[in-house]
Amino acid sequence: MVVDGGRDGGEWDGRWNHINMFLERPGPFTHPDFEPSTESLQFLLDTCKILVIGAGGLGCELLKDLALSGFRHIHVVDMDTIDVSNLNRQFLFRLKDVGRPKADIAADFINGRIPGCNVVPHFKKIQDFDESFYRQFHIIVCGLDSIIARRWMNGITLMSYGVLDPSSIIPLIDGGTEGFKGNARVIFPGMTACIDCTLELYPPQINFPMCTIASMPRLPEHCVEYVRMLLWPKEKPFGDGVGLDADDPEHIQWVYQKSQERAAEFSITGITYRLTQGENTHSAILNSACATEVFKIASSAYIPLNNYMVFNDVDGLYTYTFEAERKENCSACSQVPQDLYFSPSAKLQEVLDYLTENASLQMKSPAITATLEGKNKTLYLQTVASIEQRTRPNLSKSLKELGLLDGQELAVADVTTPQTVLFKLSFTS
Amino acid sequence: MAATKASKEQKYDRQLRLWGDHGQEELENAHVCLINSTASGTELLKNLVLPGIGSFTIVDGHKVSGEDVGNNFFLSNHSIGRNRAQAATELLQELNTDVSGNFVEESYKVTSSIKTFSCRVNNFWFYFHSTCLRLGSVLWNANVPFLVCRTYGLVGYMRLVVKEHTVIESHPDNALEDLRLDQPFAELKSHIQSYDLEGMGKKDHGHTPWIIIVAKYLEKWFSEHNSQLPKNYKEKEAFKQLIRQGILKNEKGTPEDEENFEEAIKNVNTALNPTKVISSGVDDIFNGEQCNDITSQTPAFWLMTRAVREFVQNDGSGNLPVRGSIPDMIADSEKFINLQNVYREKAMQDASVVSKHVEALLQSVGKVCGPYSCILRCCSLSSACSMDSADGEMVLYLMLRSVDRFYQQHSRYPGVYNYQVEEDISKLKLCVNSLLQEYSLNVNVKDDYIHEFCRYGAAEPHTVASFLGGSAAQEAIKIITRQFVPFNNTFIYNAMSQTTATFQL
Repeated sequence: MVVDGGRDGGEWDGRWNHINMFLERPGPFTHPDFEPSTESLQFLLDTCKILVIGAGGLGCELLKDLALSGFRHIHVVDMDTIDVSNLNRQFLFRLKDVGRPKADIAADFINGRIPGCNVVPHFKKIQDFDESFYRQFHIIVCGLDSIIARRWMNGITLMSYGVLDPSSIIPLIDGGTEGFKGNARVIFPGMTACIDCTLELYPPQINFPMCTIASMPRLPEHCVEYVRMLLWPKEKPFGDGVGLDADDPEHIQWVYQKSQERAAEFSITGITYRLTQGENTHSAILNSACATEVFKIASSAYIPLNNYMVFNDVDGLYTYTFEAERKENCSACSQVPQDLYFSPSAKLQEVLDYLTENASLQMKSPAITATLEGKNKTLYLQTVASIEQRTRPNLSKSLKELGLLDGQELAVADVTTPQTVLFKLSFTS
Repeated sequence: MAATKASKEQKYDRQLRLWGDHGQEELENAHVCLINSTASGTELLKNLVLPGIGSFTIVDGHKVSGEDVGNNFFLSNHSIGRNRAQAATELLQELNTDVSGNFVEESYKVTSSIKTFSCRVNNFWFYFHSTCLRLGSVLWNANVPFLVCRTYGLVGYMRLVVKEHTVIESHPDNALEDLRLDQPFAELKSHIQSYDLEGMGKKDHGHTPWIIIVAKYLEKWFSEHNSQLPKNYKEKEAFKQLIRQGILKNEKGTPEDEENFEEAIKNVNTALNPTKVISSGVDDIFNGEQCNDITSQTPAFWLMTRAVREFVQNDGSGNLPVRGSIPDMIADSEKFINLQNVYREKAMQDASVVSKHVEALLQSVGKVCGPYSCILRCCSLSSACSMDSADGEMVLYLMLRSVDRFYQQHSRYPGVYNYQVEEDISKLKLCVNSLLQEYSLNVNVKDDYIHEFCRYGAAEPHTVASFLGGSAAQEAIKIITRQFVPFNNTFIYNAMSQTTATFQL
């Protein structure tokens, strides 16, 4: 076999043999649009642009998978730096890289190991970019560990979808893991079920009732939550405005000690250092399924997953694949204003509670604005301290007192979505 | 920035939360062997090296080809022409300095003796590209787990071959609670008696654990129903009504908001499940040969099982030891903790009785095992498979066997070169038919699958190899750490439809 070994960045014989079977040959199970061609490979190598969100456990795997499937123009976004506890599965990082941005190191490693690959890193938050950045990609694939971030990405891809121009759809492939469970899904924004359509499938983070945390703890977990949610903001052990960092051993040590004290008060046993640290993620198998889908969509080689795969390997290996359905009145993709039904004497606080607690909305810190007397008025916003203070009194006022009318439109902004969500307020008697 | 000295605990923190320190210890004492460093193989090893497997050995006589580098993250184009085992070991070793990597620059031959690999360690895995019956039987007799994996086109395949594998910590996902409400033990009975629902104040009433509530109303029910549990839907509904009537009412007669009573009503269906009389699965284990003949060589698992059997027959009135855990529920801290302690102390009592039995069975053991254990007995590779339907993933399994048959006859796989695809279809079809005939399988394999498998040309696309390698590593870790339940015993992954299936063959 003729060999080109030794020349960096050069091609060599047989390099893409494993992939060419699927690009150059006709087959009985291919996508109806598929046409075997020797040019498909060139499209993958030279033109196709993929965006990977996250360079952690899933992201590292995704980058490797994509690079070895013929993709060369890959961008990766990640706002984190490398921690020692990442090294046991985020295999693009080494001890010497601790403290450096994940996106940068991941890109360097892949570009070095896979000649010709050009991964472009972005050490940024996904919210640092607007719709125009995202629109340049053919496919976006997420390796995130946060539902909020997922929903935000979901919203951005929906913005890029123009009703009049279906070719502008950017497929979103999403994978997630938690312990031994995981899922992979394919979303064609505006066409198939989006993240918010199936929000009820994501169990909301276990929120213990406040009264349990504050005065009636029973489990070690209640004690830890007490320290994290109530004691930390009160005592500010590491300074004003310093948030709890689950990767900082000094922070965890403080929480651990305080949790033990709390538990002792109520004769609760079982506080361990490990419990204090919380949930963990596991090695990624589903990333490969996601990458397979990217390949299928980019090459039209096969019909993509339709559209949700669940994976569990606690007992043997179990998967379940099904078609998640679009929700008619989905707050993200249905493009119809959401309905709100409240009595005019209801307090604004009740509306806020509904927005955060309702299983289909699960907002985190919604900001509510309305057009009153021709002017845009912020009724409540909590993410900016000064505005929060100014608008807090509104929470205890009734909707009627605030001047809201039946049929009024409310615009709600939240971290879970890049666009404001429109609600139509209808008064009940 | 100067990196702080990385303790192993910090590095392995996230995985320790899954399988604990003892699981990690098992992993670090294990030595695995990989035959053929294909993409699937190196992906599997990567997922063992990263969490800190003790050591690995790759056996491979092939030289690295351009094609190999194209789908394998652990081969670089600089290594084209070099021995594949050596090249892959270098890049895998680099992932984790705690792990010791070795290689053997030879193709595994059926005649090679296993003793040439210094296997002083008890776990010794083999991963093989294509089936090898004789290797399988050698390992079977040595009770060394053997995992056969391959990626063929868009199909992934795994087969677990091990004579016996016992799991004590299976961490079941949704085990039913062990509350003993149908036959409360003495301490639980007296604890229940210490409550007087009618006489308590409003605050206490609304913060009494639902277990107590159900127990109290069960007493009432027993007195009116001849000590029989509510059995059918109608009776359970009546029982729930009985509880509902116990909810305090305010001055106007409307019921108060007592969430603990709602919890009680909600949990009636499961709480009244009769304490499990020994299931047939456990029965089989209790009657197993190793359970009966205890010798000084008997492994820990069987010793403990026998001790538990003694408990069931002599001390537990036919029941297993109490589990000791209760779910969280609405209650004030004191009531909850006290109730929890009643169950916990009973569990500890039962456990100490079990350990006395163990002591009496020649060895003393400090640890206590929960009732979650299971045994996997797999069939050796040579046992014939008998299936009567061929749909979905089963067809893929048949196709994999067929392409191996093709290889035996033609010394190559079908459709590797473009010009072969067309003509190999009919040849492969012959292989399929002869396979079906040999095993007397009356199934119809559609021509589409035969065409598809020729189209694959024995390619090993990286994403499919990565899925399979990751899955295989997971199962390997389960076997090494003896936690969680491995698959039994044949697994197929279909990347076209993103579906999987597990068969016991």
